[in-house]
Amino acid sequence: MAISVDLPETNRRQSQKLGYTFPLLSDPKTQVIRRYDVLHPGAGPKGADIARPAEFLLDSNGIVRWVNLTENIAVRARPEQVLDALNQLSPAGQ
Amino acid sequence: MKRKWNWPIWVGFVVVVAGLFSYEFFARFPITRDFPWANFLLFGTGAALLIVGLFRAFGRPQIYRGKIFGSIFAAIVVLVVAFFSYEIFYVLRQVPPSAGAPRVGQKAPDFLLLDQNGKPVGLGDLLSGSRAVALIFYRGFW
Repeated sequence: MAISVDLPETNRRQSQKLGYTFPLLSDPKTQVIRRYDVLHPGAGPKGADIARPAEFLLDSNGIVRWVNLTENIAVRARPEQVLDALNQLSPAGQ
Repeated sequence: MKRKWNWPIWVGFVVVVAGLFSYEFFARFPITRDFPWANFLLFGTGAALLIVGLFRAFGRPQIYRGKIFGSIFAAIVVLVVAFFSYEIFYVLRQVPPSAGAPRVGQKAPDFLLLDQNGKPVGLGDLLSGSRAVALIFYRGFW
């Protein structure tokens, strides 16, 4: 699932446009973004507070099993990296 | 005698400008986004042509034109490459350290937020019945 500061309406359009099948959650007040300490203050348009890119993989108990906190906004975790982490977490067939 | 058109100055300049404006295109692909080598390749090619043109203009001014435009373009190219490098090597790397972010082995903080259909979704809802949950924070402003 994904989280950003965008409103549900914006996220609905984005989901439809790109055919997302996962929940795209809206955190306009950056409450959850702050709780995860992934706030990038003033980095959005007109100095808005936004989330920095960050990826977490949680197991079924909600324990963090893999984290990617990029040091460069342009460099994000690729889907295959997350899938690798997932496969190490619980090999297929389990 | 009419002096010749000094094409490397103009072509070189256009290639450098293309290197700047093609960033949005190349940023679509991880291989040209993680490090924007395609843009720097265009900058290098354009600058090399421009240098060839400048040597012509200043070395053999009786044959080739382009002293004034060559100088102006060279100054613009320096600014373009400096601006691009500043953005790529400095601005893009100004990411907060996130020292307090949940670490491997820690429990992820719970939350409840509205999804794209306006429906409240909690972390617990997603975890129940899932093998794992990938939680991705985006900069947003789509």
